[in-house]
Parts: sequence; C-alpha cells; structure tokens
Amino acid sequence: MGGQAHHHEESFISKFVFSHDHKMISKQFLVTAIVMGVVAVLLSVFFRLQLGWPGESFSILETFLGKWAPGGVLDRNAYLALVTIHGTIMVFFVLTGGLSGTFSNLLIPLQIGARDMASGFLNMLSYWFFFFSSILMISSLFVEGGAASGGWTVYPPLSALPQAMPGSGTGMTLWLISMVLFVVSSLLGGLNYVVTIINLRTKGMSMTRLPLTIWAFMVTAILGVLSFPVLVSAVVLLLMDRSMGTAFYLSDIFIGGEALDVTGGSPILYQHLFWFLGHPEVYIVLLPALGISSEVIATNARKPIFGYKAMVGSLLAIGFLSFIVWGHHMFVTGMNPFIGSVFVFTTLLIAIPSAVKAFNYITTLWRGNIRFSPAMLFSIGLVSTFVTGGLTGIILADSALDVNVHDTYFVVAHFHIVMGMSAIFGMLAGIYHWYPKMFGRMMNNKLGFVHFWITIVCGYGVFFPMHFVGIAGAPRRYYESSNFDFLNGVMDLQPLISTFAIVGAIGQLFFLFNFFYSIFYGQKSVQNPWKSNTLEWTTPVAHMHGNWDGPLPKVHRWAYDYSNPVHEEDFVPQTTPALPGEVMH
Amino acid sequence: MKLLILLVIVLGLVAAVQLSKVYQLSMSLRGKREEDISEADNRLNGNLWLAFMVAFYAGFIWLLVRYGDYAPPSASLHGEAVDWLMDFNMLIIFVVFFLVNTLLFWFSAKYYYRADRKAQFYAHDNKLELVWTVIPSIVLAILIAYGLQTWNDMTGEASDDAIRVELYSKQFDWTARYPGTDGEFGLVNYNLITPLNALGIVTEGGVQDALKEIELKIAKVESEIAYEKGHLIAEIEALEDKLHGDHHGHGHDEHADDHGHEGSFDAMASARIAEIEHMLASGKLTILTDAAYEAKEDKLYRLQRHRQRIMETRNFTYGEDLSAWDAGKDDQIVKGEFHLPLGREIEFVFRSRDVIHSAYMPHFRAQMNSVPGVPTRFKMTPIISTDSMRIILDNPDFDYVLLCNKVCGASHYNMQMKLVVESEESYEAWLAEQDEFLMKEDSEELEEEKATTEVASETITASL
Repeated sequence: MGGQAHHHEESFISKFVFSHDHKMISKQFLVTAIVMGVVAVLLSVFFRLQLGWPGESFSILETFLGKWAPGGVLDRNAYLALVTIHGTIMVFFVLTGGLSGTFSNLLIPLQIGARDMASGFLNMLSYWFFFFSSILMISSLFVEGGAASGGWTVYPPLSALPQAMPGSGTGMTLWLISMVLFVVSSLLGGLNYVVTIINLRTKGMSMTRLPLTIWAFMVTAILGVLSFPVLVSAVVLLLMDRSMGTAFYLSDIFIGGEALDVTGGSPILYQHLFWFLGHPEVYIVLLPALGISSEVIATNARKPIFGYKAMVGSLLAIGFLSFIVWGHHMFVTGMNPFIGSVFVFTTLLIAIPSAVKAFNYITTLWRGNIRFSPAMLFSIGLVSTFVTGGLTGIILADSALDVNVHDTYFVVAHFHIVMGMSAIFGMLAGIYHWYPKMFGRMMNNKLGFVHFWITIVCGYGVFFPMHFVGIAGAPRRYYESSNFDFLNGVMDLQPLISTFAIVGAIGQLFFLFNFFYSIFYGQKSVQNPWKSNTLEWTTPVAHMHGNWDGPLPKVHRWAYDYSNPVHEEDFVPQTTPALPGEVMH
Repeated sequence: MKLLILLVIVLGLVAAVQLSKVYQLSMSLRGKREEDISEADNRLNGNLWLAFMVAFYAGFIWLLVRYGDYAPPSASLHGEAVDWLMDFNMLIIFVVFFLVNTLLFWFSAKYYYRADRKAQFYAHDNKLELVWTVIPSIVLAILIAYGLQTWNDMTGEASDDAIRVELYSKQFDWTARYPGTDGEFGLVNYNLITPLNALGIVTEGGVQDALKEIELKIAKVESEIAYEKGHLIAEIEALEDKLHGDHHGHGHDEHADDHGHEGSFDAMASARIAEIEHMLASGKLTILTDAAYEAKEDKLYRLQRHRQRIMETRNFTYGEDLSAWDAGKDDQIVKGEFHLPLGREIEFVFRSRDVIHSAYMPHFRAQMNSVPGVPTRFKMTPIISTDSMRIILDNPDFDYVLLCNKVCGASHYNMQMKLVVESEESYEAWLAEQDEFLMKEDSEELEEEKATTEVASETITASL
C-alpha cells in the first residue's frame, strides 16, 4: 500500500492485520464497511424487487436467497429479515463503524499533528471487535429461521418471543450479541478519539484552530460514549428476557396458545432505552458527514468556511439537543401527551442550529471559485439532502402531525434523505477527497462524476416520491399493499422507485471499480493534490509510522485561510507563520 | 449459463481495467493530472447542477400535480385541524425548500472554477448569522405554538358521553368490543383466554372452567413428578438404609421427628415402601432425566402461579352495583368489521394480546399503538359517513379501514378490519344485532364444545 513498499521490517501480520497504526486501521474500517455496504445495498435491491412488482417471480432472488424465495418470489418472513438487516448494517456498520471508524482514525492524528492515536492497541481492538461483530451479523443471515426480522429497532415483545416469528429465534440472539460487540468497538474507538483530540494536539493547534472535521468527530465520539452504553443495557435486558425468564419488557402475553408466565414488564421501557441511543445515533451518523463536507467545501470553493464559530457552536448545540429529543420516536406509544409536548419543543429546537449550518454552507459557496472534484459534488449534494430531508423532520417532530404519518413511507423518505443520503454522501466525499492520503494514488475523476450524478438522481428518485406514498397512508414494512384499495392510487409509484433503486445500485459499480482499480493502478498522488491548508497534507505520500519524518509541525493559523487577499496563493497551510502585520482569524 | 455470465463479468472487468489504463496513459502523455480539473469539466458540472435543479423541480411538480391532493379529506373532527396544520407547515417547508436548494444549485453553477479569478475572502458576518438564527427561531416558535395547541386538543380527556370502543389486537387480526348496556367493559385477564373467549373476559363460568382446567394440568404434572421411577427407587433405598443399616444414626433430617419413636417410624417407613412398590408396579410410572424432572417441577410452579393469578380476578370490583364477574356478560364482541356513529365522540381503548401492534386509521388521521400489558387510548369524532365519503371520492366501493402499522410478523401487511361510519340510528340498529358475550357462551355451539372438553378432561383424569 501507500504506493510503494518502503521498509520491510514489519511482518505481514503486524502491518496489515493486527496493525496499531491509525492509517492502516482506518483502511481496515473502510474496506470492511464497503463490503458491508455492498451486502446492505444488495439486500435492499432484493426487497425493492418485491415492493415494486409484488408477487412476480425473479430468478435472481432464487439464485441468491434459495429457499427464502421459493420460485423466485420473496418469502414474507424473509422480506422482513432483509429489511431489518439492511437497516442494521447501514445504520451501524456502514454509517457508524464505517464512517467514524475510517475518518476519525485517518484524520484525527493527521489533522491535529499527532504521531498516532493515544492508544494504538485499543484502536486495534476497536477494529477487531467491529470485524467480529460484522461477521456475526452477516452469519445471522444463514441460521435456521433466518436473521432478525423485527425491524432494525427490534422492539420486544416481537423480538423477545421466538413464538412470534421465525426471525426471533437464533437470528435474533446473534443480532443482540453482535450489537454488544459493536458497542464495545464503538466505545473503545470513541474514548480514543476524545482523548487524542484533547491531549495530543501539536504546538499552536488550539481548539479554535481545529478543522471542523475534528470538531465533528469529537462531538460524535462524545455522543457515542454517552449513549451507546444505554443500548447495551437495553440489549442485555432483552437477552435476559429471551433466555433467562426475566420480564423487563414483557407483560400479560398470550401467544402460541399459551399464557406466558410474565407480568410487570413494559415493552415501552425498551423503546425509551433504545431511542436514548437511537436519536443521538442519528447525529453520530450525520455529524462526521457534516464535518467532512465543511472541510471539502471550504477547500474546493477556495474560500474560508463561513462562520467558523457558528459552525462549531451549532455542532455543539445539535450534539446537546440530540440527547433530549428521543421521545419524538414514541408519540403514538401512549406516552403521556404532556411529555410528548416537551419532546416536540426540544426536537424543533434542533432545526435552528441545522438552519445555521445550511445557510453557512451556502454562503461559503457564494463568490467562491468552485472546483468540482467528485468530493465537492458529493458535499454539495449533502447540503441539498440535509436541507430537503431535514425539512420534513419538522412535520415528524410535530406530534399532532406525526400521528398521521408515523411509521409510513413518509418517515422512510425523511430519514433516508436526511440521514441515509447525507451521511453516505459525506462518506463518499471523504473517500474521494482523502483517497490520495490513504492509498497514495488518485481516483479517476471522470468515473467519479458519473458515479455522483447517477447517485444523486437515483437517490432522490427513490426517496422523494416516498413522501407522497406516505402521506396517502401507506405503512412501511408492508410486504405488499395490494390488500388496500385506498392505496391503489399511489402504488404505481412503487415500480418507479424500484427502478431508480436498481439503477442506483448498479451505478455504485462505477465507484467500486474506481476504488479498487485505483489502489493498484491509479495515478500516483503528489503531496498536496487539492492545495489544502490542513496538516495531513504536510506528511509524506508514502505512509510511515509517526506520520512526520522530522519534528511535529507547528501550527500558526486556522485551517481556512483560502483566497486570503494578504497572500499570493489561494491557500495558506496552517504551518505558514503570520506575515508581518497580518491580521489573524 | 452461470459460467457464461461469470465469463462475461470477468471479461468486462478486464476490459474496464485496460480501458482505464489507456485513459491514464493518454493523460500522462498530455501531462495532465487528476487533481487539475479542467475548466470544461468544471463548467460541465456547474451546468449539470442547473439541469439537475430543473429536473428535480419538474419531478416535484409532476408528483404534486399527480399525487399531491391524493389524501382524501379528513373524516374526523381533529383531522381537520391536523390537515390545516399540515398545510401550514408544508407551505413554510416548500418556501424554504425552493429557496435553499435554488441558492445552492445556482451558486454552484455560477461560481465554477476559473483559473483567472480568486474567491472572495469572506469569513464571517455576525449580522447575517444573527438574521438566519433569529428568523428560523421565530418561524419555529409559531409552528411549535400551533402544533402544541392542536396536540392538546387531540389528546385531552374524552367527554363523559363519549362512546367507548375497545380495539383488541393479536397476530394477525383485530377485534372490537363494545361495553353493552351497562356501559362498562368487562374485566379481562389474559390467563382466561380460550378459543371461545379470545379477549379473556372474566365471568364466573369462565373463571371456574379455567380453574378446573388448570387443576387438571397441575394434577397431571404432580402425578408425573410423584411417579418418577428413579426418584421412587432412590426413596426406597434411603428408607431401607434407615430401617436396616443406619438405625441409630443421626443427621437424617427428613425424619428428625421420628427419633425417639423408632417403632412408629419403622411402621411408617414400611408402609411407604409398600406404597412405593405398588406405585412402581402401576402403569403411571414415568422415567425422566434430571433435566426433564427439573423442567416438570418448574412447570408445576408456573401452573400454580397461573392458578393464583386467575383466582386474584375475584378481588376486583367496579363499585357497589356491578360485580367484576357481571360487567363482561353484556359486552359485544365483533370481528371483520365494526361500526361507529356519525358525529359522536369515540374513545378507543387499545389492548394487545401478544406483540405491539398499531391501530392506524389514515382517513381519520388517527393512530395509536396497542401494547401488551399497557392499555392505551385515543379519541376522535367521525364527521363523514362511509356513504358520504363514497360520494366525495366517487367510488361506490370505498370503505374506511383500520390497519396495523407496527411490524408484528409475517402477515403484518394484511392485518386489517373494515370500519363503517353511519348515522346514529343505523349504528344503534347494527349494535342491537350484535351478540352479547354471555349469550354467545350459552349458545349450542358452546355447549358442544364444553361437552368435548369434558370428555377430554375425563380421559385425562382416568389416565391419572
């Protein structure tokens, strides 16, 4: 890797497998996440075939799914399993483990001027917990009864009772164990990120000179460290309800012709615990993407990011608020309406810092000199999806309105645009932008352009019409909707949506090919290809332990001195000392 | 065939790699680098943003025209307020959506990279930032105020003369229950659920039947435990040890009382041995592994607790005039379709038997989860009858529907019940036709069913 093999003092195992080096670990996270992402996209294509053309036979389904798609028609239980595992993999393995794992690891030491993470060993453990957690999650697709099928939120009692559905058997147990391992990975990583950012900044790198990427990664890591342990509690209690006869979430249940000996628990308790993680999780997914796009947009617009302090402030505000809004997922659970009102209020408050971010991005573009690298295209796409998807959140945050669209396609549209597309766009922007840093080679831009335009057209093509399907009253997670005459009017959108989904999935081949081809044959990178200010571009192209050959770089200015009229060049690296008489920002 | 497909894929991949290499070679011959994005490429992408914007908005408008007013008018009173609030929110959302996306795409197209110009250095402007913090805050305050007002109206207490209807969910159907002439829903207990009493309504007969049935089960398990061969043989051995070998020994706590009365202990032990030998010779002998024996003990314990819970239903009263055991007698239970009167407030009570379901009535803008163990409520007033809605929608086959909107298993997508809204007179007439719970219990069908269970229980008793 890294373009050329330099010293060979390390064995293959310690260099590529059990590496302590943050750059290698970052690449391990990335490749694992890409593999998981491919699986999750395939799963979605399979269930989109059923949703677009219900009951029709597709031989590809039988080829891949065997007895789950007898005669090429997806089985009803398998449909739910696919939906569940698609969501789980995308939210946790691609957009949490993949996104944070890749870019926090790669960029934190490089952008703050550290030789490595605070603990390389914990960092390695973090990856391997993630790896085994991924293996468990994938293996749950192959067990008797199939994978977990209760939706990615796995609400009990459905998930607690093997009698309730085949997916609540072994597959569910594996899901829960996999999640516990995942959380361990996430905690080890998160602690490491926070400690590194606070302690290992190089000389001159004050908190107010940190690139916004680092701010975003830090807020993300803090959110994770505070909220993921609550998920573990939820999951462990659920495991106990499943296998040790406890009744934390169960009460008064009659199933399979038998009255169960459980009283006193509450299924709603699980939802509180789950969403206490679940909502911060949305921002754990989104904030790194916003951080990446801030950096990419400033670099490629050749302009300072507009309102740096407001950007940091809004990150912190979003991070704080994300902890007190979880109840907006539960307006129709019978929760006390007054508590609902409080959650309406706190949730809508989040729109304010989000609006600030959106307007600041747009002002950054105004009178910029925009270089459309693929990374820049994806970042601008992110701003669009962040706004478009975020706006429908206003409807869902309003309890009176949520009642009517809760759990419909409207919700699917909302979170896929604001969280799915935005975060994926941020991740892809990061990959295109820092690819030369990771692999010492460039990706092909032309393929990147094709990839981007296919992805944004198909992404909106899939999720935008879903708003209309949802407002008409179509519930999500339905195997088919032909049993309801009142939905006939909007169901002709389903084949269109599926077509966009399939084309969009095929479009990702442009990315996959580009990614793997360029690792081996891509054009060799120069040290600072994007003419960027941040410290990672002062390291040698070939990777080395410790990142910098000589002493650590010294920082003299913030990261956003692009097109500063005092300087001749349109970028001023952070290591450049102040000119005589220069006013510093 | 599969081999052929594989071959095509491999060849395609090889071709792609070769093409890319050629492309790269030509680039390096011209001395071009990937990061130097040409002005033509920049202009192209800028223009593509404009093209994308036009296509995006055109698609949006097409969707709006074709599907925008798809949702029929609200059939409930609170739904009208919800729809108004939705329109108001949507209006604001549309404005912001078009404004922000247009600015974004337009700036992207306008300011594409040209080597001869430099971007404007514009790092911050506190006034501007204050503007776009304060304006959203004001707009959101308005939205929150209207939203919470509507929410409070929706979720307030139901009026005293509201009609109460219970919607009961299980995998994968709905049952509706009306409280009958006494206006009270009968007490329910999930331990009393039988095929004939799907809701587990408490009645005297039901409780007695359930107790009878559970006594039989307890007796059966007790017998299985008492007649376990291994345990019986072990008991004989222990007794014989005591009788012959370890006569004066100490430490046998089980028979501590017998110390000092050796004569009577011997007699009792011998009697017990004789009894066990008789048991060993009987046909009821069971042979269980240790694990299975423990499982039986566990089952016995559970059955005893179950019995306890059923007996506890006796303690519940509704007050002086109505006993817990009578309130359920006149309850009316309907499946398949249920009716509601036009213009009357309805208070729904939701219960679930197994997993979480969600009662969703999209035409009424109404939804509430039904949660096992935790009853929930929702009130609404229907204002458009089924017949009127058929005219409004110009569809003589239209029907309101209650559907499940919380994933609950394989047939989740088809868990529905028809709902008919009609004039109060028609509703009363329909309700009068519905059977009362105990009438049903007295029906012949039930008698037959009872007879067969009695025969079955006799066989069980005989086998004991």
